[in-house]
Amino acid sequence: MNETTLEKTVTPAASKVRPLVGRKSASLLTQHVIEVISDSGEGAQRCGQALGAIAARMGNGVWTDEIIPAEIRPPARSVAGASGNRIRLGSRQVTNGGDETDFVVAFNEQVLLGRVRAGELKPGCIILLESMWRDDADPKIAESYADTYARLVAEGYKVHEVPMERECRALVSDARRGKNMFALGMICNVYSLDLQLAREQIALTFGKKAASVIKTNVMLLEAGYHWAEVNLDFSFSIPAVRASEPQIVVNGNTALALGVLASGMEICAMYPITPATSASHYLSDVFEKVGGVVHQAEDEIAACAFAIGASYAGKCAVTITSGPGYSLKQEAIGLATMAEIPLVVVNVQRGGPSTGQPTKAEQGDLLTAMFGSHGDAPKVVMAASTIEDCFYSIITARKIAEMFNMVVVVLSDASLAASQTPFTRPQFSEAWVAPPVDQSPIPPGAKPYDWDPVTGLARRFIPGQPNGMHTVTGLAHDRLSHVAYDPDTNEESLRARSLKLAALAKTLKAPPVFGDAEGDLLLIGWGSTKGTIEEAVERMRTEGAKVSSLHLRFLQPMAPGIKEVMGRFKRVMTIESNWSDRPDDELIDETNRRYSAVAMLLRARYLVDVDCWSQVRGQPIKPSAICDVIRKKLQQ
Amino acid sequence: MTTAATECMIRLYEERHELEDYQSGVPRWCTGCGDNAILAAVQRLCRDEQLRPEKTVFVSGIGCSSRFPHYMKTYGFHGIHGRALPIAEGVKMARPDLNVFVNTGDGDCCSIGAAHWIHAIRYNMNMTVFLHDNQIYGLTKMQASPTSPKGLKSNTTPRGSYLEALHPLTVTLGVQNVSFVAQAVDWIPEMLYDIVKAAFHHKGFSFVRIIQRCPEWLPKLFEPWLHDPQKVRLLHHEQGLEISPSLSKVYKNQERHDPSNLDRAREIASSTDPIPVGILYRNPQVPCYEDLRGTGELRTSARIKAGLESEFDKFTVWPQEKGQQARPAA
Repeated sequence: MNETTLEKTVTPAASKVRPLVGRKSASLLTQHVIEVISDSGEGAQRCGQALGAIAARMGNGVWTDEIIPAEIRPPARSVAGASGNRIRLGSRQVTNGGDETDFVVAFNEQVLLGRVRAGELKPGCIILLESMWRDDADPKIAESYADTYARLVAEGYKVHEVPMERECRALVSDARRGKNMFALGMICNVYSLDLQLAREQIALTFGKKAASVIKTNVMLLEAGYHWAEVNLDFSFSIPAVRASEPQIVVNGNTALALGVLASGMEICAMYPITPATSASHYLSDVFEKVGGVVHQAEDEIAACAFAIGASYAGKCAVTITSGPGYSLKQEAIGLATMAEIPLVVVNVQRGGPSTGQPTKAEQGDLLTAMFGSHGDAPKVVMAASTIEDCFYSIITARKIAEMFNMVVVVLSDASLAASQTPFTRPQFSEAWVAPPVDQSPIPPGAKPYDWDPVTGLARRFIPGQPNGMHTVTGLAHDRLSHVAYDPDTNEESLRARSLKLAALAKTLKAPPVFGDAEGDLLLIGWGSTKGTIEEAVERMRTEGAKVSSLHLRFLQPMAPGIKEVMGRFKRVMTIESNWSDRPDDELIDETNRRYSAVAMLLRARYLVDVDCWSQVRGQPIKPSAICDVIRKKLQQ
Repeated sequence: MTTAATECMIRLYEERHELEDYQSGVPRWCTGCGDNAILAAVQRLCRDEQLRPEKTVFVSGIGCSSRFPHYMKTYGFHGIHGRALPIAEGVKMARPDLNVFVNTGDGDCCSIGAAHWIHAIRYNMNMTVFLHDNQIYGLTKMQASPTSPKGLKSNTTPRGSYLEALHPLTVTLGVQNVSFVAQAVDWIPEMLYDIVKAAFHHKGFSFVRIIQRCPEWLPKLFEPWLHDPQKVRLLHHEQGLEISPSLSKVYKNQERHDPSNLDRAREIASSTDPIPVGILYRNPQVPCYEDLRGTGELRTSARIKAGLESEFDKFTVWPQEKGQQARPAA
């Protein structure tokens, strides 16, 4: 902390308070969860993002989640309208959003109530609450505020009233637009963050705007910092262990888009859909730099068909969507499967069915990804388990798609999409990039579907290749791609397309077990829950529980060795964020219980009694919830 | 994009392609089906233009007409119902060097694929599109299509169809960026060929509606037009098509129509009797989407690396960073 610098730049408003002497001593923490929430449009998002970036630059482990209302402009001061960020800071790497929140800055009591009712705040949580509502001209608002304040205090929350509006108005005319940086300043003070880094971050955040904008925001930041220094009698420090390698800080959707860039794919066809669209926003901004095109099609079906056409005639293309869009693409995905055209389909899952919960996380699309599209349509299904994995999954998916001439579905979800955490900056590899389109002549007599009897693989003929002329078709066809309805050819082609999955499976390695290789309980997860499950397992292992976990990256085909891993544990259960019938519901028993997706798959494939625990609350599962599940399961 | 790479290939020898170099298999269309006339005209076009078979792709949807690519000895993509246009757009975007043709029927284009049709006109990608319009669903055995005349009895409209027919030409001419619209009839092969040729030579989305007979389900639908040449009006212009003297002897109902006149094109388009035949509209100035979007530059892994590294730089937290210390040069 450079106090001299601060002294020099103290603002007129802040200079009225006592100088910075006798810095209060900070309590040491290993991790904390912080929230900044406001009405939509008040900038809490920006404040949270800046906080995440500052902490990441200090070397802290950081995980940020967005708190997003479903509407663009929800009514002000509404419980459903909470908008903001949730930031988990840690000394070590942070792999998930953690448990309930420890510290909140709220711009009004209504948005705060939304979080309280959702059970998101830890008992005794520290709350910094904008106090201007106490004296609001509207008696209803003043009363609502006073009631809520009294109730929260009675419930044991440590509520500190902060005159953010008043303090900011001393510096800027429209305090509503400046409070977020004041809040950032307070948080920097409370968590002993480097104020100089915060100033730099503001310069970065507002980099495209005028210097005066940056100056004003730095003033607000310093005022907030100073206010907290003087008025709050506590502070924390989360010592950072700085990474030795450069780190990238992006959300899951940006990581997906960077993966598209790195894979050498040239065409992304998409249609706007939450929560996938931000990947295409970013890609639209940067793809042309490397010669790529983002095509916003007229609908989801057209986006998929466009990508298939592009893949057919050139390099593998990608289409990015979410649940409802994925449903619409199913017929076209079947075409690519039948015609053996490589294609990468990204599904950033959201709550379903139907329109469901567009901004909320769920893992509900696995089975439709695997079994969707009519008939037997084998395709590869992968799930990104971390933000870093979003990047690498796309590179891998492109390679598999072109090597096996298959559709590869990459599943992400709303929680990875908008979360940020640093990961090691990737080292570019030539091997990531798709090779140039093959335009060499096809040897005379070669067949467009010359299925290998063992692997089912066949060389793809690409338009432009002399001697390769043929018509691909979604109709049943023979090795010459001629329409064929005879029984032998039909079975031969179905066999070949299916065998490709087995061939891919042979190249996969068994996923590593987290924890001991044997024990009382094995948790199995897939997708975005990896960090949360492993944190829970780690916590329970320190309590002596013999629990381990396994995380599946390939869902179809599954890697070899999973049955053997399961066999070394007394009990196996999956942790998933999709619906499973609750065993204690009156009508539910062994014979009619609908299991979570992966539990069902594991039971069917390996004849192992796999239980499941699932939550579909639209929010990421918390490690403490999984700890409870482990305790309960081990007591059974 | 890939253009540069593929165009770098040296052709070691020049081949002369004959008609049979574009013919594949024996068409399984009914005798007298208008699809046969279209196939003959298109194969002739390929031969006359000496299109390289390996650089030519026919894309289709589903229906009788969508079997078309199977009968061409070029590359072909027999897709799914209604989606020929977006597939063809993907082909063209990835490979502007390919000659792209689309064969689609009245059900495929004007019903299940109608959304794509509207937007394909707006994209104006350089491809030649044949709407094989027999005004009936043939492959699924005689159901009314959107272009079926009102009152047509079919398996789904046994008491006669209820609605006025949708008119493909007026729809097409109503969409922003329309750049080429023509109409042909299968029973005047000479005009059909001339129109197909003009469509191919237009750079942009060339939309040719071909009114064709379905001898299986609607054998008598066009009989009045076949028997009375006055019920066909040929469009001619020095900026459009010239009509041969022999054709003029039979088809005396003619109109001199400037294809750059959009208002008149729309008037002509709305006529179903007489049937206008010829080029209704042509505007070579409309930009092609692939030209607006394609970079035309060679993509190398060095370029991808440079782009990727500069993006990584935006998001990187450097380990040696403390306060304002300088970052390593990217």
